[in-house]
Amino acid sequence: MFVPEATTPSFKDFTLILPAIAVGNVGQLAVDLMVSTLGMKRVGYMHTDCLVPMVGPNPYSTSAENAGELHTTAEVYTDAEKKLAVLQIRSPIIQSRSRKFRKLLVSWIKASEFSQTVVLSSSHAYQRDDQQLKGTLLRYLVTPAMQKASGAALSELGWMEMEKVSPFPGLVDASAEPRLSIPGGGITKGLFTEGCDEELCLAVVLVFCSEGDNIPDAFTLVNHLNDWLLLVGNDKQGPEKWKIPSSWKLLFGNSHPLSIF
Amino acid sequence: MATFFGEVLSVYSRAVEDEEDDNDEDEDILKELDENREVLLQWYDSRHLMPCTNLIIAVGKNAASFVSVYVLSSASWEAVGHASLSNPNPCGPASAEPVCVFYRNKDTPAVIVCKISGYIEEDQQFQWTEKVFGCVQQDGLRVTVLSDGPVAEYKNTDFSCSSSSLFLRCLETKSSTIKPPCPLLEQPNIFTGIPAAVLSHCQVHQIPTVAYQCYSDAISPDSITMETYKLAFTTVGDIKVCPLPSADTIHKLVQTNQIQSNLYI
Repeated sequence: MFVPEATTPSFKDFTLILPAIAVGNVGQLAVDLMVSTLGMKRVGYMHTDCLVPMVGPNPYSTSAENAGELHTTAEVYTDAEKKLAVLQIRSPIIQSRSRKFRKLLVSWIKASEFSQTVVLSSSHAYQRDDQQLKGTLLRYLVTPAMQKASGAALSELGWMEMEKVSPFPGLVDASAEPRLSIPGGGITKGLFTEGCDEELCLAVVLVFCSEGDNIPDAFTLVNHLNDWLLLVGNDKQGPEKWKIPSSWKLLFGNSHPLSIF
Repeated sequence: MATFFGEVLSVYSRAVEDEEDDNDEDEDILKELDENREVLLQWYDSRHLMPCTNLIIAVGKNAASFVSVYVLSSASWEAVGHASLSNPNPCGPASAEPVCVFYRNKDTPAVIVCKISGYIEEDQQFQWTEKVFGCVQQDGLRVTVLSDGPVAEYKNTDFSCSSSSLFLRCLETKSSTIKPPCPLLEQPNIFTGIPAAVLSHCQVHQIPTVAYQCYSDAISPDSITMETYKLAFTTVGDIKVCPLPSADTIHKLVQTNQIQSNLYI
């Protein structure tokens, strides 16, 4: 599945960040901000039949010379200095292959010996229960292996763990066990569950949101992640510390032609 | 989501449909469904690997019509294979209609043209690409893709360009060395479908490839849109483009594709 661009890179002890295709595409937007801001270099492709094919010109172009470079559906970028690797996924997972894709991801993560994996995701804001309606929109989940490694750091940050919810909201049933539910999260729950089963050091960081202009949600998520991983210095505040990629223009289509007036 | 009038509407996400909970039964069903989504390639020649230095793939009504009228109309082409898709209905028979046909030039047998006249579904595009490239020799291979694109989907801040409803754009792999005769596709536009699947495969396997997309507002083949592809063909080499195809051939092709309206009968 992973095909290197040139020589096979070593990911041993790297932190891997990947998005889940989820409501508002917030994880993918957040990954775009990271790759663009840190000037990360592409080191390979995820070549798989599990994703809808798409290609385009360089979404992180900085000059006319590199604007025409071809980029594909799923690519891996690294920042060797920060020991950071990022997998960007740009198109939907073919529905009948979602389990296969999760398994491919998990086996690649294990084989590459990443020290930890962070899945950036989102969940439908409208499906929050009464408790979740209060306070922060951000949540996290950690596998037992990650809890041992970074649980204390996340507690110190005051992050809120994703609550388990009743399987039948509104119905009082003492026998119904609360369960993990991430509506709109795509493969997030499945990936987290498999991460627990495979003893991966994996965390999920997600934001509750709705479909619309999800750029502010992306900034919220990436700033929250930055509080933990310190990817970008905190000398600049707000959106200025992140560089918006060139691919974000015309996100909602062309504006109206002036010739109609 | 509740509206002002109290009715509850289901909210959908443009990004994702919720995953069903996994269970073992689903895995067997999915496996069986996958088997029914097979792309079937048949070569009339029994050779395992077709020698090929120049592969041209035409997808879309105007692109396919262009190769029919301007390239394949001469007598020096022979059909060497076709691909068909399994019927998506698991209980039905396999579809007999080929979705694409491969032609080889009798004078230069290493030149192959693939004309795709049907639609290859998203979940079969990768498989189609892997199977086709698995059957052609890849030493010295160069690939050209011609495809149609609707101008309504083209995004650009420069209206002087997009106000014209007929123009070519292209994307090329890293290993391509030719200078394309038209501008490269600008952000934030993308290619999808077979052009994307082919470009992805060729980028990963370092095969020099250029994909051209002709943006037009034509919904059926027309002679003006077809002519636009001549510019893309200037970089192909090895293949003669018919300079002046017969008006009858074009007329017949356009007529066949016209929607017959019975509104005024």
